[in-house]
Amino acid sequence: MAQGGQPILDATESGGPNPKPVVLLADPLIDEFEPELSARYRLVPVADADAATAASARALLTVDLPAVTSDVIDALPALELVVASSAGVDHVDLAACRRRGVRVTNAGDAYSADAADYAVGLAVAALRRVAAADAFVRRGGWSARGEYPLATKVSGKRVGIVGLGRIGAQVARRLAAFGCPVAYHSRAPKPGCPYRFFATARALAADSDVLVLSCALTAETRRLVNREVMEALGAGGVLVNVGRGALVDEPELVRCLREGVIGGAGLDVYDGEPDVPPELFAMDNVVLSDHRAVLTPESMQGVLDIVAGNLQAFFAGRPLLSPVTL
Amino acid sequence: MESMAVLLLHPVDKYLEQELDRRFRLLRLVDVPPDGHADFLRAHAASVRAVVTSCGSGCDAAPIDQLQRLQIVACYSVGYDLLDLDRCRHRGVRVTNTPGVLTDDVADLAVGLAIAALRRIPNADHYVRNGRWKANGHYALTTRFSGKRVGIIGLGRIGLAIAKRVEAFGCPVSYYQRTRQAYYPTYTYLRTVVDLAANSDVLVVACALNEQSRGIVSREVMEALGPGGVLVNVGRGAHVDEPELVAALSEGRLGGAGLDVFDDEPDVPEALMALHNVVLSPHVGSGTWETRKAMADLVVANLEVHALNKPLLTPVV
Repeated sequence: MAQGGQPILDATESGGPNPKPVVLLADPLIDEFEPELSARYRLVPVADADAATAASARALLTVDLPAVTSDVIDALPALELVVASSAGVDHVDLAACRRRGVRVTNAGDAYSADAADYAVGLAVAALRRVAAADAFVRRGGWSARGEYPLATKVSGKRVGIVGLGRIGAQVARRLAAFGCPVAYHSRAPKPGCPYRFFATARALAADSDVLVLSCALTAETRRLVNREVMEALGAGGVLVNVGRGALVDEPELVRCLREGVIGGAGLDVYDGEPDVPPELFAMDNVVLSDHRAVLTPESMQGVLDIVAGNLQAFFAGRPLLSPVTL
Repeated sequence: MESMAVLLLHPVDKYLEQELDRRFRLLRLVDVPPDGHADFLRAHAASVRAVVTSCGSGCDAAPIDQLQRLQIVACYSVGYDLLDLDRCRHRGVRVTNTPGVLTDDVADLAVGLAIAALRRIPNADHYVRNGRWKANGHYALTTRFSGKRVGIIGLGRIGLAIAKRVEAFGCPVSYYQRTRQAYYPTYTYLRTVVDLAANSDVLVVACALNEQSRGIVSREVMEALGPGGVLVNVGRGAHVDEPELVAALSEGRLGGAGLDVFDDEPDVPEALMALHNVVLSPHVGSGTWETRKAMADLVVANLEVHALNKPLLTPVV
């Protein structure tokens, strides 16, 4: 996420009759959030908070994905709410929040359309080699070497989605329109869902040509895609990850791509981002991207609306807009 | 029954050649040096009953004229604009092509190019491979695809397949062609291409190239599409005024483009190579092994039914 300006601290109003409520910042604010939030709240970086502020602050905001550890949470005795600006909240110690009775909100539906679009874009780009073909043309390869090698068809490919939540459901709807049969894996079958359910990621992979990861990163889903799952996906299969890098055993992914255990990948996220395994840079059967799936002005406005809405609801004692089940 | 003699005029995919070889007595003009063509054709003129050609790489009428016993020309392509149909008709030579089987591929690529252009996917790939994510942090924001107004020039097989796909992204669809399509009331018909461009965020060229559609995306159309608009071309390069396109993209009067076809392929205007707001692809609309196999199977199937005196599957003449 783009780095924004520093928050404007409004000390003059803090002692007035209707002081702005304090919202602690776990990481720097971005420009898009600044005007609306600083007009309503006194925004204090958590590292700069004095003892009195830390002792009384009720809400903490995360903009990108800073680690909100149990130490951070325990240092804030009055904390009642962590507002995340992301869809996944794996950067927040949810067990500590549960123990302390701190509620957590996420980006709700703000990112779903962009994340789903991007997953489809990566799937098409990986199968049809869109990025590699673009590089081929720009290098002058077309006029010099002639016809580009045949790629793989998208329509009709069996799509397996890991995590049929807000994003996964939108990926399913989009790829169904390409004539792709859709199946999914999640903790439990979704009642009334038209798509076929698989009880394990491995069984889903074995029945898929394209495996899309759009689930939350939790203790259960960490390294969910291991060698066994990739072997089940097979040499013709393509992995698309718009979730989190740690959903995949990354060294094993590199090996499987190199050995042809799977056919290709479209990756927007990595385990140690912005570090990306350099072995991937030389592969033309992968499409790489810098965790930009949701970085559009439309998503930024959407997430600002939900962040501001959650804070307003919280301070007014109304129900939160996008609470995470703890 | 003696197997039919089939003459292969142009190089084709290995799969098609192998399937033809398995079923027919295959003669390969492609293996003969050009100065030996006349002798080769004379030697086989009495036996060749079928010709297989890829009209994309040009159809020379001469071999067809020399083959007195020729009964059928099977095109390994959808287009047959390079073949003299009247002469075939006059001689009683049947002609087949491979329609329908590449519709999905072209539509898939059109949507892929639209997303890739708006979200700058090849640019992201380049950015990561060059280590710039680590060095410079995130790239700037890119533009959402879902919900964008999509305008389609030509609501034929391919145009309809594109419409069906983008509807699932919540994109309202409009179209232009010579006549309104009464069957598709959810798509808005616009009477001119300029009107269509003015009411679109993404303009897709999916029509056939003919005298009416040559240069249909003019400077005026690009101005109407505007600095926020993206042009996707999966038709033919000649549908677009290419020098104007290059100027509009370079000067920011047009927002971006996803281009699979160009005026002078395989040459691509040098000025496009440096632009981040375009996605370039080397005319691969039907370039998947599944589709090329389906096209090959259709060529073989047409020849087989012809040999059995049964009705052709996809006759042109």
